[in-house]
Amino acid sequence: VSTLILAEHEGGAVKAQSISAVEAAKSLGDDNSISLLLAGSGPSLSKAAAHAAACHPSVSQVLVADSDKFAYPLAESWAKLVHLVQQKATYSHVIATSSSFGKNILPRAAALLDVSPITDVIEISNSHLFVRPIYAGNALCTVKYTGAGPCMLTIRSTSFPVSPLLSDSKFDEAPVSQVDISTFGEDSVGKSRFIKVTSQDTERPDLANARVVVTGGRGLKNAENFKMIEKLAEKLSAAVGATRAAVDAGFVPNDLQVGQTGKIVAPELYIAFGVSGAIQHLAGMKDSKVIVAVNKDADAPIFQVADYGLVGDLFEVIPELLDKLPEKK
Amino acid sequence: MKIMVAIKRVVDYAVKIRVKPDKSGVETQNVKMSMNPFCEIALEEALRIKESGMASEVVAVSMGPAQCVDTLRTGLAMGADRGIHVEATGALFPLSVAKLLRALVEVEKPGLLILGKQAIDDDCNQTGQMIAGLLNWPQGTFASKVVLDKEKHEVMVDREIDGGLETLCLDLPAVITTDLRLNQPRYATLPNIMKAKSKVIKKFTPQDLNVEIKSDMEVVQVTEPPKRKAGVIVSSVDELVDKLKNEAHVI
Repeated sequence: VSTLILAEHEGGAVKAQSISAVEAAKSLGDDNSISLLLAGSGPSLSKAAAHAAACHPSVSQVLVADSDKFAYPLAESWAKLVHLVQQKATYSHVIATSSSFGKNILPRAAALLDVSPITDVIEISNSHLFVRPIYAGNALCTVKYTGAGPCMLTIRSTSFPVSPLLSDSKFDEAPVSQVDISTFGEDSVGKSRFIKVTSQDTERPDLANARVVVTGGRGLKNAENFKMIEKLAEKLSAAVGATRAAVDAGFVPNDLQVGQTGKIVAPELYIAFGVSGAIQHLAGMKDSKVIVAVNKDADAPIFQVADYGLVGDLFEVIPELLDKLPEKK
Repeated sequence: MKIMVAIKRVVDYAVKIRVKPDKSGVETQNVKMSMNPFCEIALEEALRIKESGMASEVVAVSMGPAQCVDTLRTGLAMGADRGIHVEATGALFPLSVAKLLRALVEVEKPGLLILGKQAIDDDCNQTGQMIAGLLNWPQGTFASKVVLDKEKHEVMVDREIDGGLETLCLDLPAVITTDLRLNQPRYATLPNIMKAKSKVIKKFTPQDLNVEIKSDMEVVQVTEPPKRKAGVIVSSVDELVDKLKNEAHVI
């Protein structure tokens, strides 16, 4: 077994998610030789490479592709790079995380290698047997890779947590070597150009990664009332979510939608106000650790998945909660 | 310029799916089927581009069993000019779909190929990236804004990435996959549903397109996810705050 991991880096450090990919690779087999592939340009890349070499004891080597072509993580040049590296070293597995980076690049690279990739792996049974959610997590599918090419996966980093003890342990750093990109084809590079990246306003945490999510449904009645949800979210340092019904009714923009077609979230705490619990909404939040539901309809399906249910009028409950919740630290 | 849109027939998003007792898959018999919501958004975007005068024709493509024609009719009723159905029985994985699409692109020569970012059944999120790779076209995945520049022969795409938006400029021809925020798809009106009945749907088989459907992947089993255990109903806000603090330790 030998694994190539497409590692994401930012500000001179490998992202924590990519270190989870190392954790996932470990479960492919005992004698797995794990290589991290980093691409980029300039000093932040060298810094990230040094971090990669010392980020996990299971990393055997770090490969670095340093070129202006990789200044931005474009799928066209990255997929070519993976193809090139794979042709030289024939890894048995290629892994990326299920981030927007991994999902953008890995399937394209897989097509170049004539391989069916496997998305969103949450469990590795053996080197060729994987479990992944389908129907937004309403079913789990076990798939076997039977092809000859490398087995290519994107993994959900939350399913492969890195031991917190790792940062204290001492181990030998992995060697860093440069990828020879002299044979790198020019043909698809340049057909796409990076223009800019706009970060979300950072006052509130990102919905997909927030520790706490407060969601409002149709029960909020209008956009004005929805501000109560925002106020509560502020108090809890939480992200704001909404149901499709609330989005369709125009209370909030649809990037807040939690559900099968919206964002899939799994926070520590999920609080739903005036949410009935439509199937497609439950699909987007039922993996949350603790679910709280407040609804005046005692028969609302949301109560069947809630750890704590409160039957009551949200217009009375929210102000009371604002009053009684402890101040954030 | 012609725009090609790939659409998939899936179990309707509002249906509670059931895993078959023999674990071979999810029950699709006697279940409401609809166009994949992300494909609706893809088609809507293509129609808007055409209505703005920047495209001459919108061709909708679907692959799979005979009933895909119903989904194509929905697409034609929304406004697509014609349909193509590649009839294939049995499992079609994204790599095969991408190869069939490549063959159709060679026939139709569209300037833009738009797909949903993923289907809500298998949640693969692969086909757009794979067809872009096979064609060696640039890709703009998870698009929330698409602005075409016909003069310069390029398209600006805002992409939803983790924690923000990325803007890319792609040379045409290109592949775009759509995210939720891109637009609100229209409903088909009755007159358009009637009109759609006379629009042409051309049939192909994978053999016609010289694509061999083989697979390097096998579904071993499909199972129910672990169920959440039933919770408790609390009687007051005080009790709720207390439980969250002292029992669940989440606040």
